[in-house]
Amino acid sequence: MSPDVSRRGFVAKGAAAAATAFGFDLRPAQAAVRELKISRTTQTHSVCPYCAVGCSVVIHTLGDKAHNVKPAVVHIEGDPESPVNRGTLCPKGISLKEFVNSDRRLTKVLYRAPGAAEWKTITWDEAFTRMARAIKSSRDAGFEEKDEQGRTVNRLSNVAMIGGCTDTNEINYLLSKFRFGLGILPYENQSRL
Amino acid sequence: MTNGWTDVANADVVLVMGGNPAENHPVGFRFVMQARLRRNAKLVCVDPRFSRTAAVSDCYVPIRSGTDIAFLGGLIHYALSTGKFQKEYVRQHTNASFLVKEGFGFADGHFSGWDAARDNYNRDTWQYEVDGQGYAKIDPTLEHPRSVFQLMKKHYARYTPEKVSEICGCTVAEFQRAAEMVTIAAAENKSGTVLYALGWTQHSHAVQLIHAAAMFQLLMGNIGMPGGGVNAQRGHANIQGSTDMGAWNMLPGYLKIPRAHWATLDDYLKANTPRKLRPESLNYWGNTPKFLVSLLKAYYGDRATKANGYGYEWLPKAGETDNHGWGFFFDKMYAGKMDGLISFGMNPVANGPNTVKMIAALSKLKWLIVAENFETETAAFWKAKPLAGQYYPAAADPAQIQTEVFLLPASCFAEKDGAFVNSSRWLQWKEAAVDPPGDALRDQEIIARLFLKIRELYEKEGGEGAAPLLHMSWNYANPSCPSLAEVAREINGRDLTSGKQLNGFGELKDDGSTLCGNWIYSGSWTEAGNQMARRGQDDPTGLGLFPEWSWSWPANRRILYNRASADREGKPWDASRAPVRWDGARWVGDTIDYKSDAAPGDFSSFIMLPEGVAKFFTPDLVEGPFPEHYEPAESPVDNPLHPRVSFNPLGKVFTSDRDALGTSKDYPYVGITYRLTEHFHYWTKHTAGSSQLQSNFFVEVPEELAREKKIHSGDRVRVTSARGKVEGPALVTKRIRPLTVNGKTVYQVGLPIHWGFAGRVSGPLINNLTPSVYDPNSGTPEYKGFLVNLEKA
Repeated sequence: MSPDVSRRGFVAKGAAAAATAFGFDLRPAQAAVRELKISRTTQTHSVCPYCAVGCSVVIHTLGDKAHNVKPAVVHIEGDPESPVNRGTLCPKGISLKEFVNSDRRLTKVLYRAPGAAEWKTITWDEAFTRMARAIKSSRDAGFEEKDEQGRTVNRLSNVAMIGGCTDTNEINYLLSKFRFGLGILPYENQSRL
Repeated sequence: MTNGWTDVANADVVLVMGGNPAENHPVGFRFVMQARLRRNAKLVCVDPRFSRTAAVSDCYVPIRSGTDIAFLGGLIHYALSTGKFQKEYVRQHTNASFLVKEGFGFADGHFSGWDAARDNYNRDTWQYEVDGQGYAKIDPTLEHPRSVFQLMKKHYARYTPEKVSEICGCTVAEFQRAAEMVTIAAAENKSGTVLYALGWTQHSHAVQLIHAAAMFQLLMGNIGMPGGGVNAQRGHANIQGSTDMGAWNMLPGYLKIPRAHWATLDDYLKANTPRKLRPESLNYWGNTPKFLVSLLKAYYGDRATKANGYGYEWLPKAGETDNHGWGFFFDKMYAGKMDGLISFGMNPVANGPNTVKMIAALSKLKWLIVAENFETETAAFWKAKPLAGQYYPAAADPAQIQTEVFLLPASCFAEKDGAFVNSSRWLQWKEAAVDPPGDALRDQEIIARLFLKIRELYEKEGGEGAAPLLHMSWNYANPSCPSLAEVAREINGRDLTSGKQLNGFGELKDDGSTLCGNWIYSGSWTEAGNQMARRGQDDPTGLGLFPEWSWSWPANRRILYNRASADREGKPWDASRAPVRWDGARWVGDTIDYKSDAAPGDFSSFIMLPEGVAKFFTPDLVEGPFPEHYEPAESPVDNPLHPRVSFNPLGKVFTSDRDALGTSKDYPYVGITYRLTEHFHYWTKHTAGSSQLQSNFFVEVPEELAREKKIHSGDRVRVTSARGKVEGPALVTKRIRPLTVNGKTVYQVGLPIHWGFAGRVSGPLINNLTPSVYDPNSGTPEYKGFLVNLEKA
């Protein structure tokens, strides 16, 4: 493709050529539809969260500039500049927008009391207060400052922590500080599975 | 990966084994096809199933799941017995010439030093013979009977093509055709790559399997070469980065976890700073004190002083032989000895082995915290009986489960900035595009607010172990939601005297004057800014290294061990694709894996190893210095090499009342698990597109077995193991050929992994079937090659 014909321009032209077969000119209407999708979007560089090929993606959002409107993801496509994927994506990557915007995403803090059959919604403040209390109780009960030989060990092994492979390096580093602050030894991520 | 995705296009031959990139890493697989177009590369695919990678290969060989070491041992034997290996590379860049102590040997399934009373090895004979200065003795002719080269030849003499066929189930002709094709890389001007994935790592002998692949690649002279290497196709966006940041037994940057008998910083450094084993070895890990002290400064800030060993005492210390890995703590949880679990984006009910045991284990917790995008099986484990009672008839009713569960709405990739590390070791920075939905928070805010809340309780009330907790540094501009850019700068490290960001780990000090959160990432955010966000397109070597696109650890090096791409004098093995060149004063091209201004002969070529050269023979792995074929814990046959020691003598098998192993009498077929191209792990069953493309679980049944059992495509079948069961429609297939193993017909049954009881679409969790059996070096479960039965439901 010559550099002066963009991919989107090419698609729009193809659609316009087909439209004239109806005997009246749909081109202005269709061109408007074509343009609407991403012409006013903000583009953000990101990376696909699925496998570790590391395909770069461009996230298109709308609503960024309007007052009192939360921007929403309207399109995600492969980043043509990436030497890894050169604009391509696999069947999972092309549906990333559905993951971000899924109606199954969790939007509330959920709490399940001992013996309960259902979740209930609680606030973040309540959740942090209860979780901190649970962790402190377990830590106070299980923390070993010295081992049986009197050596300083500062360890906690009745609380385990897992995760990280879906998150960034920086989050993993913060998790390491969280973990070593508490003294947690049982700590694993997906790389061991 | 030692190399990277884009580098695969430089290969002359590609061996895909234990992976299926055409379906599971489709965008990465483009580079295999480019190698074919550019270099007429051959693709060899060895897999139990005729995958889509196999479908486009030049040579496909079916093998029985769990027999990869036998196949690779056969390739090693083939190369050594035909002379098809790169002799000068082996002589100059490996420990083939090193002499091993008297008394080393292998007989009847055990290496020397087996102590039956302890069920473990005494590794005294697995060492080099050393001279008075502690340097290993060598024989450059490689002819000494105790040289690594001769010992290797002897060890693999048993792995004849006939023996490979007997164990793996492929024909002798199939094996030989593959062996001929992959050994074209033995020529100095040819290179071959090995691509693998979880088909290799999920065995009770997985680390030795990858050791065998590395040995083969060293024989071919492929390590350090463009188009070469041993390349793990990793399965999650930042599984590499989370590995780099530690595991139960690792601090960030692959520093070992402290142990109780290393009471002080000096004890630790004395035990863990390697001493070089040859005079010409650079022994870069000799800098361990700089890496650890700089990490301690990042962790404990001003509280870390020379006088207090930089706060080393505050780090937790494991017992000398403790293991706190996955299998161990979930077994302990099942025994009712764990209080709580914090899961950040992980789903153990779906992705751990032996789901029935996992659900029972979580039911014994006091509390469970899950931070997630969706309601996962783990968050909803207490609903297992109401939602999937047919698979978990013995699970407790919710009313009986006393576990308190917190399910926290976290943000997804598009809602956070930060770096993911891909398989190529490239740290690629991403920007946040939108806010998290509803009340969902950014993950850094969840972690920080919980951490600060716990600290607040200790500050107010006191409690056990307050010092290590309160001394952990958390002085971010916004402590309750640290900026990830600020965290990334801390990871890179800075000079505490000048306040300037470090240019790389070469500037680290062991006197407390530098701070660095992970030494291997030093150089990623320098005074020049965020190197991970770079988008440069230049490719000066023409080898697809793209040195200005993102940033690669370590030191922006794109091909690890690249010093070995040239001979000892610095002459490239293949001048047409040299990643590095000595210009008389310094090395140019890729960042040299060597001292950048040292002449070719000054040091040996593998600077991270005390030997200074790559290792065929290593005393570091627990079950032997050479890889040996052992059967999976559940196998249809006894090990044809040594039937009395059939299974890995150090493979870890748990033995709770939920950990039964089956025999081929009750469970005659081999189960193989795999991914489908339309789904990602256990996530995309929540999204509409993937759920529509692959909505249903199915069981892939070989047509010969289907005929025997009168099963037709679409019939509902039940697959059972000694642990549990799954049910779904049969897909009768030609893709899984019956194999003849040790004179016996063995069928393998294909089981895709992606379903569960939480999702837009649902189906059985495949890990209902898999055993709690683990590799002793990595702690990875044996998800592949277990035994099942199959019947019409």
